[in-house]
Amino acid sequence: MKIAVASGKGGTGKTFIATNLAALLAEQMQVTLVDADVEEPNAGLFLGPKITGELQVDLPVPALDADSCTGCGQCAAACRYGALAMVGNHPLILDHLCHGCGACTYICPSGALFEVGRRIGVVRMGSARQLRFIEGRLDPGQALAPPLVRATRARAAEEDGLVIIDAPPGTSCPVVAAVTGVDYVVLVTEPTPFGWNDLSLAAGMLRQLGLPLGVVINRWGMGGYPVEEQCRRTGLLVLLRLPWDRQVAVTYARGQLSIDDSPHWRRALGELYKAVVREVRP
Amino acid sequence: MKEITIISGKGGSGKTSLTGALRLLASPLVSVDADVDAPNLSLIAGAATRLEEHEFIASSVATVDSEKCNGCNHCGQLCRYGAISAGRVDPLRCEGCGLCQLACPNQAVTMEEVESGRWFVSETQSGPLVHACLHPGAENSGKLVTAVRRRARELATAQGLALILADGPPGIGCPVMAALTGSDLALLVTEPSPSGLHDLERVWRVCQHFRIQAQVVVNKSDLSPENTERIEAFAKEEGMALAGRIPFDRAVTAAVSAGAPLNPRQTGKTARAIRQIWEKISQDI
Repeated sequence: MKIAVASGKGGTGKTFIATNLAALLAEQMQVTLVDADVEEPNAGLFLGPKITGELQVDLPVPALDADSCTGCGQCAAACRYGALAMVGNHPLILDHLCHGCGACTYICPSGALFEVGRRIGVVRMGSARQLRFIEGRLDPGQALAPPLVRATRARAAEEDGLVIIDAPPGTSCPVVAAVTGVDYVVLVTEPTPFGWNDLSLAAGMLRQLGLPLGVVINRWGMGGYPVEEQCRRTGLLVLLRLPWDRQVAVTYARGQLSIDDSPHWRRALGELYKAVVREVRP
Repeated sequence: MKEITIISGKGGSGKTSLTGALRLLASPLVSVDADVDAPNLSLIAGAATRLEEHEFIASSVATVDSEKCNGCNHCGQLCRYGAISAGRVDPLRCEGCGLCQLACPNQAVTMEEVESGRWFVSETQSGPLVHACLHPGAENSGKLVTAVRRRARELATAQGLALILADGPPGIGCPVMAALTGSDLALLVTEPSPSGLHDLERVWRVCQHFRIQAQVVVNKSDLSPENTERIEAFAKEEGMALAGRIPFDRAVTAAVSAGAPLNPRQTGKTARAIRQIWEKISQDI
């Protein structure tokens, strides 16, 4: 089973839920934690994984053999990202704009364009506590997160057992890449207007993808916003409420897991898993 | 005209709450919500009159004419996004590159422009607010950020306003880059946790990549004085100025829940901290 933890709004507690849930369940079953928030991968900070392997991820970008180029300009005309511009008789390659689609090399009639790999980041594999750990890590200065999210997911596809994916915030292409094909999405929100606004946008995206989802309201009691009523009104299932607790912030600030603090958190996250299983396999 | 962009790397560190409060001190100004896929600034911008609404069209999606398609799946073999297979398109995976159209031996594929979002100009008590909403799952958030920032500059010029304050997205990828390029100052808001420091470091590398000057705010600083010091030491080592610290204060969440930022002109240490941040950054730029 694959469960993604996503949110819309950042900072609602995705990594908190994903790391604590994964570490708890790994005591009883085979679990792989996948950090698919490749722009800011943080799960490792709380799990302290021993990294045993690293895979470089490249984006295929065009390079030019100027001697073969006839200057026909078909490559620049084909590129929809503005990554090739004709300057004089040759295309100028602006590879930071390239999406690696391959249209330019496909269309080039003289074989003057070929592809080279440009590094965008790495996928790192290892283990932590009793779980398998996989994270994607985008290089700062690189713009395109989705190909790296896909590469991270592809590495995780080889894992058996339960896979828990810590997704990036937002509602755009990196999140789509992180959640596509999972069995269930847990959306973490908080009782503020920001939390609700972004939750409803994220739920809209997941409905478009046809993915089943349930909501965890984190920091319950902190903001006065009636997020649970809003969920009920719009037909969103609330799986769990986690109370606001200063100790959680303190534990998080130390880079530790709350399941090690108190049996209360073990119970709460155990209930969350049971609720998800009930939804996935009724 | 000066542009300040508020980013953080990590989400939920308090970018929007701080932007909302700084707007009140910097008024009149042009405000931008550059977090186009989870836009929240308008929720705490007070009463607003919508002056403009625009479609945002920057991408296209493959469509297949089923009468011309013979199911050869040449397109599916070439597509690197898994977005087309034997003439069926998954619009959420399609990146609009057009390779399938170029390659189709039967000319069955056309690329159709799609609306990826909308953007707006609203008039608030603190001046115009340019904001947007990307359609869920859509592409090209960076281009939408560029579009709202361009309009903000036009408005600042036309109305003689000296400052543009942009609430940026989390992360370090394409929308963050689009929010940063050409800014006079990046205000990096972080929180005193391992994630806060880790993400600050990564977003600072992006600022360096674009040669953008940055200052650091540690929000909720009293939740971990040790981490706050660690973050400030990192900032100093890297040559970033410290714009200030903001204590953890439930009044900020209470105000946001009521649809307003914390009033920075009121008494109390949080309001004072925000005023001091504003004094520092407004002097420095």
